[in-house]
Amino acid sequence: MSQPESAVADAQAGGRSGQEPLAKLAKRYGLRRAIARPRFPVYLRMLWQRRHFILTYATSRNVTKYSSSTLGQLWQVLTPLLNAAIYFVMFGVILGGGKDIENYPAFLLTGMFIFTYTQRTVTAGAKSISGNLSMIRALHFPRASLPLAYTIQELQQLAISMGVLLVLVVLTGEMPTWYWLMIPVVLLLQTLFNIGAGLVVARVGAQMRDLNQLLPFITRTWLYASGVFFSIQAKVVGAAELPQWVADVMYLNPAASYIEWMREILIPTYNTSHGHHPPTMVLVSCVFWAVFALGFGFWYFWRSEERYGRG
Amino acid sequence: MAELTKELSQVKGDKPAVSGKDVRVHPNPEPQGKSPLDVPTGTPTVIVDDLHIVYRVYGAASDAEKGNAVNALTRVLRRQGRPQMKEVHAVKGVTFVAYHGDAIGIVGRNGSGKSTLLRAIAGLLPPHKGAVYTDGQPSLLGVNAALMRELTGERNIVLGCYAMGMTPAEVKEKYQEIVDFSGIDEFVQLPMSTYSSGMGARLRFAISSAKTHDVLLIDEALATGDRDFRKKSEERIRQIRESAGTVFLVAHDLRVIEQTCNRVIWLHKGKIKMDGDPKEVISAYNKG
Repeated sequence: MSQPESAVADAQAGGRSGQEPLAKLAKRYGLRRAIARPRFPVYLRMLWQRRHFILTYATSRNVTKYSSSTLGQLWQVLTPLLNAAIYFVMFGVILGGGKDIENYPAFLLTGMFIFTYTQRTVTAGAKSISGNLSMIRALHFPRASLPLAYTIQELQQLAISMGVLLVLVVLTGEMPTWYWLMIPVVLLLQTLFNIGAGLVVARVGAQMRDLNQLLPFITRTWLYASGVFFSIQAKVVGAAELPQWVADVMYLNPAASYIEWMREILIPTYNTSHGHHPPTMVLVSCVFWAVFALGFGFWYFWRSEERYGRG
Repeated sequence: MAELTKELSQVKGDKPAVSGKDVRVHPNPEPQGKSPLDVPTGTPTVIVDDLHIVYRVYGAASDAEKGNAVNALTRVLRRQGRPQMKEVHAVKGVTFVAYHGDAIGIVGRNGSGKSTLLRAIAGLLPPHKGAVYTDGQPSLLGVNAALMRELTGERNIVLGCYAMGMTPAEVKEKYQEIVDFSGIDEFVQLPMSTYSSGMGARLRFAISSAKTHDVLLIDEALATGDRDFRKKSEERIRQIRESAGTVFLVAHDLRVIEQTCNRVIWLHKGKIKMDGDPKEVISAYNKG
């Protein structure tokens, strides 16, 4: 139907035959193609220039997050507390999981709060690109700003829930020690890991929409594998009589490593043989995951930079 | 043809054929030579060369597929895409050259590929075939996506400015100008969700036009707002053109296009149907 008219217009536009091709014209005037991925170092610099946007965006999202609920920001504290309460009743009281563990409430709360930080970052990161398509299609910015902002948003929430955790741990009878000064170090390493993990799931989530359906399933499995409400050593080697290497591998998973280290710091009686220091293996695992996830995450996300927002 | 005319007149039915307003245009409608119009400087800023854009659209998932993690896992393991994924050929071979000082209006029915074309020029959609060459970074006047309704106007101004890539110093400098231009006065302290639609539109336009752009792409931003504000925004577009920029304008209000543009491109089903003087193109468009 529209073919004849279009053909006329095409002829008009293509009436340039005899002139130089448009690509040459563009080159002569120094025009460049609109889509190009910057080199990796340049990309990181661009991200750094966007730090104000990333911070403001994270803060804004936090401000608006609970604006529709009556209890508002209180939910940031209530959600992990309610979760911990359910697991305490379930595994501590009914199933008797806390019998062999000294100060089980502190053990459980530490695991719960630390795991929740990583879990929430990964879940949010997976939606950071696919949930912001309109912004990606309207504005120019390094796309990694979005997963980064989501991680920073979770970090801001962690500051509150960490305060709650410390108060609760003191209430269960643990006294603050000098080792508590190590808490920021663990959280820093965990944050670096979370940033990397967030970037990876952001890209995967952008290209594979099914990830959001799959994630609850993955994070729940991860929760069970990280020994949040049981001692991996006691259950896997002690009760299930599996070989030691199975427990070792489970301790090497990033979430379990950060939880273990934090427990060593907060609960002096947790593992008297080590005395506040996690096994070297766990320590190495904490540092390795932070460095590896961060490096790989940025690289992996950057590789697909120009394709976000399509389709 | 009769069918098309009918459809067109349904969409644009109430628009007058020619508004009778004075149009500041160079009367040279014939697309001859290198430049299709008698343009001020003659240096190209945007070259669109046989551009094709293909969109991927995801259909709604059926009930059987939704919310079941195991189903999703099997699909992922088998590396199957969603069967409902469709490809839409939105822009089919568009070619034109835009010059310094041009204000180009783009008209066409809903779904004719206008917005897609703008996004491709902005470099936000990769071309399927062909290429877009630009001088500097064209920006879409579309800061809306970064703003949040629950935040106050004040916070949104800061957020929007950062989203466009301004530095804190620039934000400080522009802040008052944005408030004044939008004319929302003391409402700036209230959440944007309390604004009337006109006020919201004014604030969005004020924020997104606060940055200086070489090539500015405007998609339906001037449709809302009262007459005073419309005048103000047309004035601002004129300023951008005078500072040797190029403006692309998509609008359904043909009067706005006639008053601001010196060239109009009529897109129909992803192709250019007409390209030239606003009066001629718009009257042809109104006739269908």
